[in-house]
Amino acid sequence: MTLAAYPHAMPLSGLVGGLLIGLSATIMLLALGRIAGVSGLTARAVGIADTGAPRGVAIAFIIGLPLGAFFVAQAIGGVVAQFPPSASRLAVAGLLVGYGTRLGSGCTSGHGVCGMSRLSRRSIAATAIFMSAGFATVALMRAGGWL
Amino acid sequence: MTRLAIALFAGLLFGAGLAFSGMSDPARVQAFLDLFGSWDPTLAFVMAGAMAPMALAWLLQQRLPKPLACDTFDLPGTTLLDRRLVVGAILFGVGWGIGGLCPGPAVADLAVAPLAAGTFVIAMLIGMGAHRITAK
Repeated sequence: MTLAAYPHAMPLSGLVGGLLIGLSATIMLLALGRIAGVSGLTARAVGIADTGAPRGVAIAFIIGLPLGAFFVAQAIGGVVAQFPPSASRLAVAGLLVGYGTRLGSGCTSGHGVCGMSRLSRRSIAATAIFMSAGFATVALMRAGGWL
Repeated sequence: MTRLAIALFAGLLFGAGLAFSGMSDPARVQAFLDLFGSWDPTLAFVMAGAMAPMALAWLLQQRLPKPLACDTFDLPGTTLLDRRLVVGAILFGVGWGIGGLCPGPAVADLAVAPLAAGTFVIAMLIGMGAHRITAK
């Protein structure tokens, strides 16, 4: 499956990978009674959040993330991950993502995947806002010659 | 132990999904946000693929008296819109655009590109810590 207008798109891999993510979130919800929200679980795992999932559950989930990526990289002969060119850009991005996801109580997984599929008003609003902010930021970066 | 194994397995599936879908590539995520460049719609397919099973899961959840492997559902409220949510989402979105990274792919990428992902994750944890200190 390819999209003629978007030669770089991977629609089928995207759908299959998305299903795996949705299955993961389903297991977290139906077996453990929780949202698979990576920002919240990360904060809980490192002890920045005092409430939320049992600490062990958060740590186990967070350890699973790179393990899963590692197995896929082994299985398909490597995974492409092209990062921004400068460490300072990564650092600024990381600071904003860390502070923003805690203030806004979630990220792409918690608000985006879990909250929107629950038809949560709060999550739909958050997702619309962070997506719009992302579009605007990249448009400004393009206009400024930063891409 | 069972719960930890379930959580580890769920994390593993999540990380595998991110890597397989191309979402572990910050350049690809940034290309989704790049409406005026060479736009890459892959992220939309990932969201659709992830939300389909979750929509069913929410229907099942309403019929379950309790989760299958623990005692209670511990789920956030869904209605309150406040300034914190709006400002937080804006800051997150700006950071997401600058780096092409959100928390899941950043942590998963520790296995693929440890130096770059580690730089981002450390900054992210500092940002989270800064929120904890200032949000009292």
